[in-house]
Amino acid sequence: MSGLRVHSFQSLGTLDGPGVRYVVFLQGCPLRCGCCHNPDTWDPDGGTVYAPADILARAERFRTYFGREGGVTLSGGEPLLQAEAAADFFSLCHEAGIHTCLDTSGCLWGDACDRLLSVTDRVLLDIKYTEDALYRAHVGCSLAAPLAFLAKLSLRGIPTTLRQVIIPGKNDTKENILRLKDIAAAHPCVDGVELLPFRKICQVKYDRMGLAFPFADIPEPTKAQMDALRAYL
Amino acid sequence: MQHENWKGFKAGPWQDEINVRDFISRNYTEYTGDAAFLAGPTERTRDLFKKVEGLFDLERRFGGVLDIDTATVSSLTTFSPGYIDKENELIVGLQTNRPLKRGIAPFGGIRMARQACEAYGYKLSETIEDEFRFRTTHNDGVFRAYTDEMRLARKCHVITGLPDAYGRGRIIGDYRRVALYGVDRLIAEKKKDKAELDAQVFDTVNIRLDEELYKQISFLGFLKEMAAMYGYDISGPAKNAREAIQWTYFAYLGAIKEQNGAAMSLGRVATFFDIYIERDIAAGILTEEGAQELIDDFVLKLRCARHLRTPEYNELFGGDPMWITEAVGGMGEDGRTLVSRSSFRILNTLYTLGPAPEPNLTVLWSEALPEGFKRFCAKLSCDTDSIQYENDDLMRPIYGDDYAIACCVSAMKLGKQMQFFGARCNLAKLLLIAINGGYDISSGIHIGPQMEPLAGDKLDFDTVMARYDIYIAWLSRLYVNTMNVIHYMHDKYCYEKVQMALHDTDVERLMAFGVAGLSVVADSLSAIRYADVRPLRNERGYITDYEICGDFPKFGNDDDRVDLIAKDMTHRFITELRKTRTYRNAVHTLSVLTITSNVMYGKNTGATPDGRRAYEPFAPGANPMHNREENGALASLNSVAKLSYEDCRDGISNTFSITPEALGHDEGERVDNLVAILDGYFAKKAHHINVNVLNRETLMRAYEDPEAYPNLTIRVSGYAVNFHKLSREQQREVISRTFHEAV
Repeated sequence: MSGLRVHSFQSLGTLDGPGVRYVVFLQGCPLRCGCCHNPDTWDPDGGTVYAPADILARAERFRTYFGREGGVTLSGGEPLLQAEAAADFFSLCHEAGIHTCLDTSGCLWGDACDRLLSVTDRVLLDIKYTEDALYRAHVGCSLAAPLAFLAKLSLRGIPTTLRQVIIPGKNDTKENILRLKDIAAAHPCVDGVELLPFRKICQVKYDRMGLAFPFADIPEPTKAQMDALRAYL
Repeated sequence: MQHENWKGFKAGPWQDEINVRDFISRNYTEYTGDAAFLAGPTERTRDLFKKVEGLFDLERRFGGVLDIDTATVSSLTTFSPGYIDKENELIVGLQTNRPLKRGIAPFGGIRMARQACEAYGYKLSETIEDEFRFRTTHNDGVFRAYTDEMRLARKCHVITGLPDAYGRGRIIGDYRRVALYGVDRLIAEKKKDKAELDAQVFDTVNIRLDEELYKQISFLGFLKEMAAMYGYDISGPAKNAREAIQWTYFAYLGAIKEQNGAAMSLGRVATFFDIYIERDIAAGILTEEGAQELIDDFVLKLRCARHLRTPEYNELFGGDPMWITEAVGGMGEDGRTLVSRSSFRILNTLYTLGPAPEPNLTVLWSEALPEGFKRFCAKLSCDTDSIQYENDDLMRPIYGDDYAIACCVSAMKLGKQMQFFGARCNLAKLLLIAINGGYDISSGIHIGPQMEPLAGDKLDFDTVMARYDIYIAWLSRLYVNTMNVIHYMHDKYCYEKVQMALHDTDVERLMAFGVAGLSVVADSLSAIRYADVRPLRNERGYITDYEICGDFPKFGNDDDRVDLIAKDMTHRFITELRKTRTYRNAVHTLSVLTITSNVMYGKNTGATPDGRRAYEPFAPGANPMHNREENGALASLNSVAKLSYEDCRDGISNTFSITPEALGHDEGERVDNLVAILDGYFAKKAHHINVNVLNRETLMRAYEDPEAYPNLTIRVSGYAVNFHKLSREQQREVISRTFHEAV
């Protein structure tokens, strides 16, 4: 069993999946999204390697907090980049009776991904844009990739939440939201759509790493803008 | 025994002996539903509340004290009756003849009374000054017996906040007894006890108790007189809900008129009141609205309670607190919940009368509490930041199901146990004194065993621990002896006559020691063990600062390497304390609680080996040091949960601040998640948690513009305060604490 390359642990996650969750942020992501707030998770050789059993032992320390709904969430980085070890970890969680949630871009697919999905109880799928051109310009892959992933989730019937970061000037339009809504409607596994405001507090991370923040000049959306867009859902 | 006012109550042993628990257990109705039944405030309550708010505002403008009667010694019958609005009050009684006017309580110490008057521009009357020239106060007594070493320990702040100049407090009378039995029955029982005692050998112990019983009986008489001044005869049992609340309040009022104690807690009254309220509702003489109105009026009175204290006192215990702690909820030993509709009603006052620090509403949490109650509490935390939680599943096996909380976290069986309050010892300073061989850098005082400061370029863990142990043993003995002096003198010169009259005569005593700076010490020892800590010496060879190379595990990250150091420290300390015999054979207990004194303790403590700079505040209570938590909120809770309640029977305080965004997307999620967090934390055998759900920005705005946030209430260590009542320094410290944020 190979190890998982971990960026950090967050013992109290309430926004990444149902209930109270132990969130493991994995290290390594092949995408370079302009809005990424965790550039420090990009490097696939960074972080610290932990055996899946060790991570489970850590998660177990928080089990009493999980309540009826909570559990563990793998986030990142991009967990699909380490699908093999992620599948091992989720299998161990299932053996221990812990709910599993995968927070992903859905942009990759590899051999171990099927096995990973077989032990995943919920997926948070980040649909970054609803237009292929924007995907190619600001993510580095095509819209077809996450849609193909979503089709697989539907086939397996894994409850899925679609998430999208709203970036003014990129996807803050009624049309985009309606397209997102259509995508949700076309896939019976989707039971929720969540819009998140683009935030720039990550600027300091870019500065520290000596990188340019591609969306540095884009303003954060206001609460009124967010509310208006949410109303279309 | 029967009484007509007990009509409708189920009979039991409570009729023939003083046994409120038995009465409650046989007669209360558990409530397992949600908050939907609650009523809002009535027009009358709203009007009365408006008047009280106006007075609070006036008090604020007067610099925190509205008025002082400098010529009257506060006691049960020394003030004529006072009212907020006589015609419209359902529950009556004030400490003095005017709302918010403070009385003088010189029996704890005349100096403190004098200084407090002067601090607010008043002068203690000559008559009282004259009278007390010929009287011994508690404070006088203590300083007659203090040894040189005790004075030094006090002066260099290694033990601080000792109740040697003011009332010790932390004693909870079982105020419910007055309502259930009436004062005459209580007097008769005490007389019986006295007669029994008179038949025994009259040694020191029995003579002291005999005189105490005399005082108790005499003050029960004054209690009746005090009530009579308000037009009530409380010699017999209360006959309805309004009387039950009024009688209980009179008993509490008698206590706070007589004693200016550090913490004057209320006990556990809500479910007791509920029995009377349910009986009245069933009889058709009370409605839900009327029941809420009674509780609201009672709580308004509690919010008007005040004691006169000095600015130095406020530095230790900021925010003008009384610690009118009311324990709510919990489970019965028979498996039924002790949550009643009135548990909801008393919590509901945070909505009907708005958020406030007093009474200090303390939820006794059990995994088995009804879901509706858990959710109501969590919602209150999200909305008001005004309540705290303590682990009923941890305390019930020790204290039974009729215990209450004194001050912040001190559990005791109601009417059966009392406490000798002992403030706390500065563990971090003690470590520095040990390292320097009996020299305190910040005060320049030599104290304790004298030896050379630790030698070498690098601190060695085993050497430091061996040295620390010597000083822990020395200080423990000194600390117990100091406490013995204080409580001997308090019993002698400032005995709590009303409160002790509302205890069994044969009472169990606890002596509550405390530590401050636990997380500083744990991190310091961890640094010494896991990193390189190089001492920096001054020209006289004393170690004044430390250079730390390398990383080390820090308390608050669920890392056993350091968490178990913290746990071990409390174990070492209580074990040492137990070696010295206590006054009146009190049981040694220990708390990890600072109130707001963590700021003052830090101010008196030099740089520590964990990298904390000289004079910086400690973390409050058992909290990890600010901003050293790297794995999120639950990891921090897990670290604190490892401290053993077995070693720290006087309570382990943890203050938890989280932004609303980090708790969930919406109110429903936040409530669910907070319930899950509380269940999870207490399942780890943790003892206590203060919950604040708020943004740092709110506090910063309140810091800049206090006028705009007169009612902003936050939980600090073990209690709640109006943010604006804290000193600027205390406010800054609260703002600098860790807020668990969404990532």
